[in-house]
Amino acid sequence: MSAAGMRTQPDDDDDGRTSDVVRRLLTPRLRRVDLAVAGLLAVLGFAAVVQVRSTQEDGPLATARQEDLVQILDDLTNRNDRLRAEIDSLEQARREITSGTDSSAAALAEAQRRAQLLGVLAGTVAARGPGLRLTITDADGRIGPDVLLNALEELRAAGAEAVQLDGSVAAGEQPASSVRVVASTSFLAGEQGGVVVDGQLLRPPYRFLVVGDAPTLAIALTIPGGVVDDVEQRGGRAVIERSEDVLVGALRPLGEPRYARPAG
Amino acid sequence: MIPALALVLGVTLGLVLEPTVPAALQPYLPIAVVAALDAVFGAVRAQLEGIFDDRVFVVSFVSNVLVAGLVVFLGDQLGVGGQLSTGVVVVLGIRIFSNAAAIRRRVFHA
Repeated sequence: MSAAGMRTQPDDDDDGRTSDVVRRLLTPRLRRVDLAVAGLLAVLGFAAVVQVRSTQEDGPLATARQEDLVQILDDLTNRNDRLRAEIDSLEQARREITSGTDSSAAALAEAQRRAQLLGVLAGTVAARGPGLRLTITDADGRIGPDVLLNALEELRAAGAEAVQLDGSVAAGEQPASSVRVVASTSFLAGEQGGVVVDGQLLRPPYRFLVVGDAPTLAIALTIPGGVVDDVEQRGGRAVIERSEDVLVGALRPLGEPRYARPAG
Repeated sequence: MIPALALVLGVTLGLVLEPTVPAALQPYLPIAVVAALDAVFGAVRAQLEGIFDDRVFVVSFVSNVLVAGLVVFLGDQLGVGGQLSTGVVVVLGIRIFSNAAAIRRRVFHA
């Protein structure tokens, strides 16, 4: 309690119990030199706080020496160079991959286009386009495979690009059975009439569906002594019907060749 | 009493104003603060031993700060600023420790 009393009433302290030191500390004095001391300590506190703050704000680089900074800068420059080289190589790789993708996509498109074209030739793809329908009726049963083969040869010579041969299952009915005519197609006489085309028995009336240049095809069929004349001499009738849109829809399975291998 | 209040006032001012250290002062301010701390510890010790003198304190405070700054400046000019700064801090740190030990003995008698 006596200490608290001294703080509020320092002048009353004259009993000598307090040492000189404490009394001097606690007694307010306002000489110029005291102001100087106070000012210096204020400056010290201020500077210390400012320094602590700036150290916290600036991070480790602010207090680093010049040589350290040069070293750090060197390291950063080297790292920058390495990363730049890495960027270059990665961009190069990206360019190569992109162009590779483009060229492989182009190759794929080309391969698909060729597959379509070859599919038309091989009969694995349906074809449609301008052309004609040739219907051959056989009243006397004298139209054999030779007539149909002749007709096919004439059509091929006239530039037929896709050909399908329809026949009826039973004589006299509408054509219901279809064969896609390709390079390996064969024509045989059926044992009880009709024609066996690629192992499938067709009966009259026969109908060729042909995609090609219709006028040329029609002329090829109607030349004197041609297919139409031949059919009529055998007691049948050949009817040519041009069309802007002939659908050759019969397909043929793609068989793996047993013996032939690509030699290219 | 008044010096302690002044110290608190300075700290408060620094916290409130949030000034930035000028670039020219940046190498010297930490050394100056340590040198001033050395002077303050010496002053507290002298006060406890009853031999405190205001004028001595003011002169030693200012000269401590100036000498420390001068040493660092010279070191920077000679290319050994880093090492010299470390040396100044070590010397001042030793003095602060010995002063603190004297204060401890005086206050706790141990």
